Amino acid sequence: MLGEPWHRIISITSTDPDRSPARHPGGDYALDRGFRGIAWTSAALILALVAYIIVEIGGKALPAIAEYGFGFLTSTTWNVQEGHFGILPEIWGTLYSSLLALILGGVFGITIAIFLTQDFLPSRLAVVFRTIIELLAAIPSVVFGLWGIYVLIPMLRPAANWLHEEFGVVPFFGTSLSGPGLAPAALVLAIMILPTVASISVDALRQIPYKVKEAAYGMGTTRWEAILKVMLPTAGSGILAALVLGFGRALGETMALAMLIGNSNQISLSLFAPANTLAALLASNFPEAGEVEVQALMYAALALLAITLVVNIVGLAAMKFATRKFEAER
Amino acid sequence: MSASDLTSESPSFDITSASHQLHRAPFEGRALKSGFLTGLTWIMAVLASVPLFSVIYMLLIEGGSRLDWEAITALPPSAFEMGGGFGNAIIGTLIMVGIATLISVPIGLFAAIYLAILDPDSKLAQTARFLAKVLTGFPSILAGVFVYAAMVVTMKSYSALAGGVALAVLMLPTIVLAAEQAMTTVPKKMKDAAFGMGCTRAQVIWQVVLPTGMPGILTGVMLAVAGAAGESAPLLFTALFSNYFLSSLTEPTASLSILIFNFSGMPYDNQIELAWAASLVLVLIVLVLNITARFIGRQKF
Repeated sequence: MLGEPWHRIISITSTDPDRSPARHPGGDYALDRGFRGIAWTSAALILALVAYIIVEIGGKALPAIAEYGFGFLTSTTWNVQEGHFGILPEIWGTLYSSLLALILGGVFGITIAIFLTQDFLPSRLAVVFRTIIELLAAIPSVVFGLWGIYVLIPMLRPAANWLHEEFGVVPFFGTSLSGPGLAPAALVLAIMILPTVASISVDALRQIPYKVKEAAYGMGTTRWEAILKVMLPTAGSGILAALVLGFGRALGETMALAMLIGNSNQISLSLFAPANTLAALLASNFPEAGEVEVQALMYAALALLAITLVVNIVGLAAMKFATRKFEAER
Repeated sequence: MSASDLTSESPSFDITSASHQLHRAPFEGRALKSGFLTGLTWIMAVLASVPLFSVIYMLLIEGGSRLDWEAITALPPSAFEMGGGFGNAIIGTLIMVGIATLISVPIGLFAAIYLAILDPDSKLAQTARFLAKVLTGFPSILAGVFVYAAMVVTMKSYSALAGGVALAVLMLPTIVLAAEQAMTTVPKKMKDAAFGMGCTRAQVIWQVVLPTGMPGILTGVMLAVAGAAGESAPLLFTALFSNYFLSSLTEPTASLSILIFNFSGMPYDNQIELAWAASLVLVLIVLVLNITARFIGRQKF
């Protein structure tokens, strides 16, 4: 073990790993090399997995892409008997429900982040409250769906129908809420992305050096002037990342939406009309689909994959930008 | 946001409360605005915690009243049948999460070792780290679509195995990132000391880094397991569902989450009650794992 210790240290810390086994062909080094090989393979597996996912879904979608082309993305019918497939209503429903959820979940999420980081609570209580918000993220989607069906929808219905009767001319209230619909779905979605937005925003606000707030207070600002004019703009890119990643989460959310949105193939501005999303379409049609429909569903899955990949990469880029900014300032 | 309707709000600030001598104007416009926003924040914070408590309350009331020995051991009832339970779904969930853990933990751990220690700045490590982050935002239903295309079509059958693999795809990025984080926080001087004593890299990792980073790694693994246990979208068309107890890993398998999904839409009270009871069991499993994970993570060496 202790022969030539000097060389060992050099070879261990050297950046070229393949030199050491050649110099010291012993059991320890064979093990070390094998170990390294396994670790390298595991890391490479992540790359392979992503590539395999794209190739597998893309490959299975190929027949449908060849058959329906881009018209698939802009057509509005989904008729298995006639072989007409289009996902425009689903794309619309996905974006619309996620956007509504983002507005609501974003406002609440950022407020919660301010609440947790700007000395509103003694630190012990803040930990308890943070845990409550984080446990919200742990509740399974399907349980939120069940809760939505039997608690949220009955609660929303009188209010929604009153809004429809009084303000029916406003397109947002253009229909009554008969059961499942966009509003309950978006509300549950907002609850589900709130923890994501809150926890990333908390990190962004925590990154700000304490002296920045001290300086603002020192100039005589009130607490909220400091928050709105100094803290939030300084944490801006981190909060943007929180919103984008929350949006990405909302786009791909499946079960709660499949249970609450009504799975109706239509495009409507009304908050109370049933709608559909890409993920919910996959969830409800896949199990009973025949071969032709599976190909079309694979095309829809590819569209969902493309949308979420782009949104997530944008969010991660914003987050990286946010962290870099502070590393440079310090 | 007018100031006049808020005269009852008495703004109290941490920074000013300490200094009584300084002149304060509590009813000045700026102070009132600040007080108003503080009040609003409190209201929104309370509102945001309502859903969690509402869900837990409903689970305890609706699910608790139905939760008995029969519910957790019996087979699911058919349409007009009374009684029944979800024993096979509990076993199915445990087995599929077990398969997913067996697949994702070793791969995730070794990948994290590579990312955190062996070659953190290499192209491979940077790409893998980035893709792992991208995968954490990967819609869970697409994991199901992927495994359907890759396994169910070739094996020509829905199976517990396919369900387990789909869950493993979702667990992997969480485990990799948490384990990497845990290992990079191991102090550098501990590693240096071990290298100085003539340890090989494998020995340093096995005997110094892994034991030291273990609480963080365990936290990550348990959070991933909790997440997988609650997943339903990836199981919809990989494991499907079954009304019987599992007899082989290559046949359709029941799970708690799919049972809840199936029963929630049925027009029979018996099934809906069972859906609530199954939700209670599922949430108990998930929350216990979650809270344990936090507890382990807090105890730093």
